[in-house]
Amino acid sequence: MSAAAKSGNVIAKYLSVYFVLLGIAGLEVFLAYQNFSTVTLLVILLVLAVSGAALAVMYFMHLMYERRSLFLSLIPAVIFVLLMMNMIWSDSFRLLHLRPFAH
Amino acid sequence: MSESDQAVHGYGTALLEPPPYAIPSRKLTMWLFIISDAITFGALLFGYGYLRTASSDWPTPFKFNPSILNVMIMTVVLITSSLTMLGAVDSAKAGDKGKAGRFLWSTILLGIVFAGLHIREWFGLIDDGVRLFQNPWGSPLFGATFFSITGLHLLHVISGVVALGVIARGFAKGRFTAGHVETTGLYWHFVDLVWMFVVPLIYLLNLSR
Repeated sequence: MSAAAKSGNVIAKYLSVYFVLLGIAGLEVFLAYQNFSTVTLLVILLVLAVSGAALAVMYFMHLMYERRSLFLSLIPAVIFVLLMMNMIWSDSFRLLHLRPFAH
Repeated sequence: MSESDQAVHGYGTALLEPPPYAIPSRKLTMWLFIISDAITFGALLFGYGYLRTASSDWPTPFKFNPSILNVMIMTVVLITSSLTMLGAVDSAKAGDKGKAGRFLWSTILLGIVFAGLHIREWFGLIDDGVRLFQNPWGSPLFGATFFSITGLHLLHVISGVVALGVIARGFAKGRFTAGHVETTGLYWHFVDLVWMFVVPLIYLLNLSR
């Protein structure tokens, strides 16, 4: 494949991801105005945001084309730390209902 | 010859370890910074979610016009700036300095537009009575959390614009390489990535109905 054709393919890939990201953003706004419950809307928006972020990381930041070891060193650790932060919610709901600490 | 001279000038490279993950150390450092910054923003957004969930009167002030419209424009601007950044990196790697420079300055311009729109939005909210620890609608912590998270993101955008300006000038003069452009590009894409989480969690979950 010539350098020009290869470059054209790369630009086409970037443009595809660009339009998908714009589409995700538009879809998020559209869905936000449908009458979902807050929790349902949160889940939907998070799924869309994570999908968009994954596309940006893989294609725009070229992590897809780096060594697998780099991906495995970086991404699972971040996901683990962010998942561990979810331990705060029980305290948040306790505060909402002003329940005292369990004795 | 000292080991540092060997590292800088490349003499006696048999003594040097191959770069980890087969990428230059500047790129690995940027990735590590991005990971730590992602966790920082994650912590701030979780903190925001914690306070919002714990509050029975969290304000929902964002009307479609002007807030959500403004946010949509800002999102388009920032995602487009990521595209122009990609063009800059590709052109830099291909050795086309002129094209790389045009793409870089386009990215800088889009970043400035984003920052301007954001500051305009802030002034709109301040005019509505939102301060750090009070607002006309509900929980006094709304302002503190909103301005902290969006302010930190705006600081990243402005820093990125400055860094891109330095890289653009340096690359044109031959002081920086395509690798430097690529590393700065990673930072810029990260700034875009954070915005993709700020919009749904801060704005879209607090629509004014």
